[in-house]
Amino acid sequence: MTHSTTRETDGAPQPAGRPEADAAGDGRDGGRPGGTAPRGRRGPLTAARRENRAGLAFVTPTLVVVGVVVVLPILWTVLLAFQDARLVDIQGMGLLGNWTLDNFGAVFGSPGFWSSLWTTLLYTVGATAGSILLGLIAALALREPFRGRGLLRGSMLLPYVAPVVAVAFVWEIALSPQFGVINEWGAELLGWDDPVAFLSTRSYEVALFGLHFEIPLALLTVVAFETWRYFPFAFLFLLARLQAVPDGLEEAAKVDGAAPTQRFRHVLLPQLMPVIALLCVLRFIMTFNKFDDIYLLTGGGSGTDVVAVRVYEFLTARFDVGAAAAQALVLAVVLMVLLGLYFAFFGKKVQEES
Amino acid sequence: MSDARSQVPFSRAQFEERLFGVLRWVVIAFLAVITLAPFYYMVLLSVKPIDALLLDPGRLWVSTKEFTLSTYEEVLKPTSEGGQGFLDMLYNSALASVGAVVLTMLAAIPGSYAVSRLRFFGGRHVSALFLAVYLFPATLLAVPLFVMFARMGLQGSLVGLAIVYIAQTVPVSIYMMKNYFVTIPFSIEESAALDGCSRLQIIRKVVLPLAAPSLMATGLYIFMIAWNEFLFALLFLAATPESWTVSLGLQQLANGVEVSKTVLMAGSVVLTIPVVVLFLAAERLLTEGLTSGADKS
Repeated sequence: MTHSTTRETDGAPQPAGRPEADAAGDGRDGGRPGGTAPRGRRGPLTAARRENRAGLAFVTPTLVVVGVVVVLPILWTVLLAFQDARLVDIQGMGLLGNWTLDNFGAVFGSPGFWSSLWTTLLYTVGATAGSILLGLIAALALREPFRGRGLLRGSMLLPYVAPVVAVAFVWEIALSPQFGVINEWGAELLGWDDPVAFLSTRSYEVALFGLHFEIPLALLTVVAFETWRYFPFAFLFLLARLQAVPDGLEEAAKVDGAAPTQRFRHVLLPQLMPVIALLCVLRFIMTFNKFDDIYLLTGGGSGTDVVAVRVYEFLTARFDVGAAAAQALVLAVVLMVLLGLYFAFFGKKVQEES
Repeated sequence: MSDARSQVPFSRAQFEERLFGVLRWVVIAFLAVITLAPFYYMVLLSVKPIDALLLDPGRLWVSTKEFTLSTYEEVLKPTSEGGQGFLDMLYNSALASVGAVVLTMLAAIPGSYAVSRLRFFGGRHVSALFLAVYLFPATLLAVPLFVMFARMGLQGSLVGLAIVYIAQTVPVSIYMMKNYFVTIPFSIEESAALDGCSRLQIIRKVVLPLAAPSLMATGLYIFMIAWNEFLFALLFLAATPESWTVSLGLQQLANGVEVSKTVLMAGSVVLTIPVVVLFLAAERLLTEGLTSGADKS
């Protein structure tokens, strides 16, 4: 029965007009039960059904907008990925036709695809872990009130709210080997021999205890940037959660002689875990698809060529829409597989805990 | 037992208590430095002449003799007078962002009200669907939107850009407003209904005024996302300099050869100030709007 109602309302040409009539009845609820129902069917407009209709009517405009600006483009991407489409001839091309699997061949066969996927993964894991860890440390440090806490709390959100283009250029200049403050101070205070080109060094040799390591410097730098930019986000959520932890819990542990690390491990962390899990998923998704930060800092060079930047390159440098779409699709599928794995392994656990 | 404890001069708890007492201040100082220093550096370089920067890159202050605002002059002056035309770009950015706020709110308010208030067929799935939007990378949307807009001749138009921004902002807006709508007591709506208000009147006269703080916060958040957005501006507007937003203009400026770094920093300050001012004015509102619900999980 619910089904038929849904269809009816869903397909209505002017859904927005309906709730008014429905709700008008709603107002005089007790007075005229079934008064709006001309047919003899028993209570065709119960409160639940009216609510159902109103709900569908209200959600329709939002669904339509999301459908037009999100769902349709995604579906079209899927189509494009299987078509031989270049930007020049796409104007005259029909929506269907020119089917091919070449795009995927081009994507999987193109040099550097697998390494790019690996880079994306490293970047995402590093930035997600970094931002949540720093956010957690910040939330713990700012938990107790102190003079100027409000001020610091506000200023700590600056990296998150400031425009990415502006802060990326600040980092670029500060890290510049020619006139950057970091290299200047590094040479003066830490005795660096040569200026370090943070954003254009693929691998940097470090000597530690007589051993030589190669570290992917440019990649680490963009991970640091991402950590810096998004730790306020994690901080906000974790602080809100921390402040909702009942005082009694910690007091009790304190009375029992638990040290701060023990209180954190056994009292606070279990309380924070659901939020941390949520943040991990959110940040992972966001970072995995991230384009701006790396494009602005390194342009995708020096071992930072994440997939999102490659999509852009396919699209704008080669005008190869089909390959760009295929590449984006592969990225989305990989993300979904990873999330699926995550929920398969941890989803149950989190549910059990909460 | 008690003997053993009194013999230990320094228990683990005491030791840690002191250690973290000190570490806490170290962390606080560190956080203050990493969040504020980049912005200080940005403002500092923007009021320095380029020679002073090149001569002594490590110096973190500016002498009164050097202090200059000519960088801002160059950035803000219209291109016809040899400047970079950032004033026009500020206008473009404001237009696209305000457009995005209005369009997104119009699209998101009914949906978030329905999801939070009304039980209807598929309601639970709908709210999950809105969040699933984030699973798809902006780059995935970028390709077809790029083609679509090229076809419709909307390429290079700010209206088109504002429409694209809806996709970026609708899910988070619904999430924020939904969390607020559920906190409004049901009984208030019921009494309005008893007084003869229709559903639409209830929303307009009761729910929306009560939710004003949340609407403000959501609007501001949308504004910030749109103002800071870069990828779509780059894709859609790159070919039409007269409709560049500030973010795009600044990035294009950086690609220019003859532009000094200090001018670039002045541009960054111009880009950053509106967002930061808005944020500081409404900080509490925003942070609460964003995290409401997080403390209940």
